[in-house]
Amino acid sequence: MNGAEFVPLSLTPLLIGCLAAVACALPGNFLVLRRQALIGDAISHVVLPGIVVAFLVSGAITTTAMLLGAAAAAILSVAMIEGIRRYGRIESGAAMGVTFTAMFAAGVLLLELSDTSGVHLDVEHALYGNLESLVWLDATGWSSLVDWTALVNLTDELFRIALILMLILILLAIFWRPLAISTFDEGFAATLGLPVAAIGLGLVIVSALAAVAAFDAVGSIIVIAMFICPPAAARLMTNRLGVQVAWSVVFALVSAVLGFVFAGYGPLWFGGSHAVSAAGMIATVSGLILALAALLGPTRRGAH
Amino acid sequence: MFFNALFFQLGYNATLVTIGATLLGVAAGVTGTFLFFRKRALVSDAISHATLPGVALAFIVMVSLGLDGRNLPGLLFGSAVTAALGLFLVQWLSTRTRLTEDAAIGAVLSVFFGFGIVLLTVIQTMSSGRQAGLEGFLLGSTAGMLFADAILIAAGGLLAVALVYLFRRPMTMVAFDREFARASGVNLDRTDLIMMALVMGVTVIGLKVVGLILIVALLIIPPAAARFWSDRAEIVVLMAGAIGGLSGWIGAAISASAPNLPTGPIIVLVAFAGFALSMVLAPRRGLVSSAVNQWRFRRGVHIRQGLVSLAQGQPIYEPLTLRLLAREGLARADGVPTDEGKARAARVLRDEKRWEVARSDPALEMAAARYDGLTQIEDVLTEDQISVLDSRIGPPQEVPS
Repeated sequence: MNGAEFVPLSLTPLLIGCLAAVACALPGNFLVLRRQALIGDAISHVVLPGIVVAFLVSGAITTTAMLLGAAAAAILSVAMIEGIRRYGRIESGAAMGVTFTAMFAAGVLLLELSDTSGVHLDVEHALYGNLESLVWLDATGWSSLVDWTALVNLTDELFRIALILMLILILLAIFWRPLAISTFDEGFAATLGLPVAAIGLGLVIVSALAAVAAFDAVGSIIVIAMFICPPAAARLMTNRLGVQVAWSVVFALVSAVLGFVFAGYGPLWFGGSHAVSAAGMIATVSGLILALAALLGPTRRGAH
Repeated sequence: MFFNALFFQLGYNATLVTIGATLLGVAAGVTGTFLFFRKRALVSDAISHATLPGVALAFIVMVSLGLDGRNLPGLLFGSAVTAALGLFLVQWLSTRTRLTEDAAIGAVLSVFFGFGIVLLTVIQTMSSGRQAGLEGFLLGSTAGMLFADAILIAAGGLLAVALVYLFRRPMTMVAFDREFARASGVNLDRTDLIMMALVMGVTVIGLKVVGLILIVALLIIPPAAARFWSDRAEIVVLMAGAIGGLSGWIGAAISASAPNLPTGPIIVLVAFAGFALSMVLAPRRGLVSSAVNQWRFRRGVHIRQGLVSLAQGQPIYEPLTLRLLAREGLARADGVPTDEGKARAARVLRDEKRWEVARSDPALEMAAARYDGLTQIEDVLTEDQISVLDSRIGPPQEVPS
């Protein structure tokens, strides 16, 4: 593989896959520890109706509209789950199930009923994205990385996901201690005077942000897999939060790189001629890593 | 069109699909109730997503054996195999490692689904895979369904309902009170297995009609809706079956009545409408009824406290209390009691005094525990007990004006 082929066709999707995986895995650590892993599942389902409504309202697929619509849908779904749980006195798992299936169904129905033939918006795309199509056609080789005219035409998704990841890193650095304390011992955090409810909501909003940015590039299936698998595997490697987060980033990167390579080149090794879904393969690799950690991880049985 | 579909007048296939969806809804609603009460509703989400690789593998195997890859029984068999594997992995991860069940569910559903997507893209590159139409299993597709497939779905729904009926007693007991069930000689592990097998069965049958992403809704929404209507297990089970069946029936009919209306999402939205109506309107647990009860309670407390103040000659400052007393004709707007108000106030004061005495008597401890500032003592104690209390209080007193 040479630079003339790799840089235009594979470099940007690979980078986007890595950034999206890390952006989801970081908040995922706290979701897994707080037993809220399935909030990630719920959010990634409700992103679809948010984007469809944003499209119907604004009449075009613009980044801002999509991000706003998806974020609004994520917040609405969290409010609905909380409302059903509190006022309907229904256990949170079932409240989640009611909310995200109904919203997803509404999204699919709206999509089927509205005329979206002119734009790239369909259920399959929402589920497994189009990572492979995020190519950088202006590049001619490694030298393009220092060529300003080519860099200008880099795909937008790359900047967007990089920006979101940066934001998540900054927030994590600022709120690390309160977040860690309230994750492990909410009662203790409350006695310290930390706003535990606001911290919980903030985490959900950051997760939604990561989900929306990643969804745009890679589809919802990677989003769920990256929220849960790398942090869950990391949890089986160590008892220390900082180390766990570091492991989860490593696992997310390995999943993204190996998944992308296997999807693009794996079929060739077995005599096939067509690439398979990169998003699906990244999720599969993250599952294999989790399986290994579950069989061999040093802390797989717990702290004792 | 809609009413034709509702009453099975739209041709053989549409009728079979509608019947199948109705039976599926009943079976899913009833089965889901047992999951719901065990607080394991979302396990079904992992099961349903885990069907996708099975469907794809079955297609690949059947094609490589030279058979028709779209053979529905074969595809459903494949889906059941990987669904069972997914369920096993959820159990294994949550019992053998430190991971909690929600993380295990999320991991299994995303990885199995992701692998299924990989297999789907493999199939698309196979020469016979272009028209495989396996994407239809994601969101369900009943358009252009084969007659034999429709029969299979209707028969599967019927079988699931029959199995639920057969095992309803042990499953109800295990879902509501494991210890009691064990003491009564129910085999807990076997019952759990039957329950999970039914969930898998419903999922597999539902794949073609509702699709694997949304089938979980039929297992979760009807029980959650039914829960609003009753606290009694048998009634919740029956209501969930009814709500699920109605959703399947009405949803399939709506979807058959116009082109471009996908069956799965419509059925789910009909079920959700049933949930929303139940949450708002159900007696006792519904939002409207809770709000009314809360207001009644509040009003009762305000009037009673107002009357106690009147009886003791204390001024009332709380505007809501004043308004309520005035509206009931018990006091004037400036807080001066009317004659009726004086009479009621005297009765309330005596009631409070009696409670006070009753609560200080250890012999009446049980009855005194029912004191909430609203319940009248006549509703709790007998006349004889009250006259004993009265003898300790002395004769009724005049209300000061």
